[in-house]
Amino acid sequence: MSMAQKQTQQFVTIKGTKDGLNLILDDSCAFRDVINELDEKLSARHIQQTEGNVITVTLKLGYRYLTSDQEETLRSMIQSKQNLEVDRIDSNVISREEAEEERKRTTVTSVTRTVRSGQVLEVEGDLLLIGDVNPGGTVKAAGNIFIMGSLRGVAHAGANGDINAVITAAVMKPSQLKVADLISRPPDQAGTAVHEAECAFVREGYSEISVDRIQVLTKVRPNLTRL
Amino acid sequence: MGDAIVITSGKGGVGKTTTTANIGTALALSGKKVCLVDTDIGLRNLDVVMGLENRIIYDLVDVAEERCRLHQALIKDKRFEALYMLPAAQTKDKSAVQPEQMKRIIDELKQDYDYVLIDCPAGIEQGFKNAIAGADKSVVVTTPETSAVRDADRIIGLLEKEENIEAPKLVVNRIRNHMMESGEMLDVDEIVSILAIDLLGIVGDDDTVIRASNKGEPIALDPSSKASLAYRNIARRILGESVPLLSLQEERGMLTKMKKFFGMRS
Repeated sequence: MSMAQKQTQQFVTIKGTKDGLNLILDDSCAFRDVINELDEKLSARHIQQTEGNVITVTLKLGYRYLTSDQEETLRSMIQSKQNLEVDRIDSNVISREEAEEERKRTTVTSVTRTVRSGQVLEVEGDLLLIGDVNPGGTVKAAGNIFIMGSLRGVAHAGANGDINAVITAAVMKPSQLKVADLISRPPDQAGTAVHEAECAFVREGYSEISVDRIQVLTKVRPNLTRL
Repeated sequence: MGDAIVITSGKGGVGKTTTTANIGTALALSGKKVCLVDTDIGLRNLDVVMGLENRIIYDLVDVAEERCRLHQALIKDKRFEALYMLPAAQTKDKSAVQPEQMKRIIDELKQDYDYVLIDCPAGIEQGFKNAIAGADKSVVVTTPETSAVRDADRIIGLLEKEENIEAPKLVVNRIRNHMMESGEMLDVDEIVSILAIDLLGIVGDDDTVIRASNKGEPIALDPSSKASLAYRNIARRILGESVPLLSLQEERGMLTKMKKFFGMRS
């Protein structure tokens, strides 16, 4: 009896903080043991009796990896207890797929070619195009788009919904610009030709795409620096 | 073993057939053995421009379906011993021939001729796929119009995907000098900067070209015409010579671009 108790106490440690509960789960035991012990501890009277506001719970998994099924089991078990709400799950490990996605999201893919009429060039992170986008051609990126040549076709940055994505081009003469789900096209009367690099982005609090000198990005998107 | 060069444009009416006929004639003038192949099945024109319409007995589809041997379908030109053409069928459509059949025919022609010029139909469908199937090189024809340049761009994109075809070269046709100077037309530099491929030649808009085409006498035969000279120059560049562009205003700045052709193999 006393042996079993000692053993169970190793698996789950509960710490109260001003932000709620930290549940520190042992990462070397079986998942079933964690669930059972957690269930037992959270059912304890002093937690169940807490009155008033919802208590937010942070799960600390250490080096344990949870499959989505396991995560669901854990969440629904905790959620079923009175007043408890899972706020965050911290783990030191991620799966290969997640790592690959993360890598794709943050890498800059450089491509040297002309994107011609009818062609679509699509990348998952940022795109660095060393060449032109011709009329009728499309470049698309989940992140930012940097074009070293002329943009005469369509560029779509933040294709998965990132409104903070930017488009830059050495010569900005697009037929259309898209950032997340916003679209803009140049006025029908061609303005005076600009002979400097420009950028397109969505200003904070606006729902339209602005085009400005590229130097403006230093102020409006300082996070583009990844030094 | 000769070279097969496909002449294409995407857009219709920019002068593919005229260009094919004239480059072919100019190459024949230089003493090369040349065969012109019309792949515009159902809308054949090359025979008319060459003035050989009434000599057609067999055509491309007959050869592809092995109803006759290749040499039986070839028509010898009236003017040159070494210039032949393979006409397209007029009663069928583009789907009557498959790319593999085209490649086989072109490969066979390459054995006997120095140059096989393939006249491509407009569009990017079956006819285009047939026309490029056997080609080693390509020439893209455009005119100084935005729509023609767009289509040329599309075609260049498709040609660049073909591993067996060298990087395409550009012919800008129907240049009207006064309109370019006044900025009403795209100028050659602008076209080359958008399309980003090497320029093979420029041909001015010339009434004599139309007159000659209607008579079935390619303009390249007429040494007094400026367009004729332009086509002969294109042929010389294909043969590997370095020939400066004709005296159009746009010539400045193009000379350096022409140097790229110095290394071009014949």
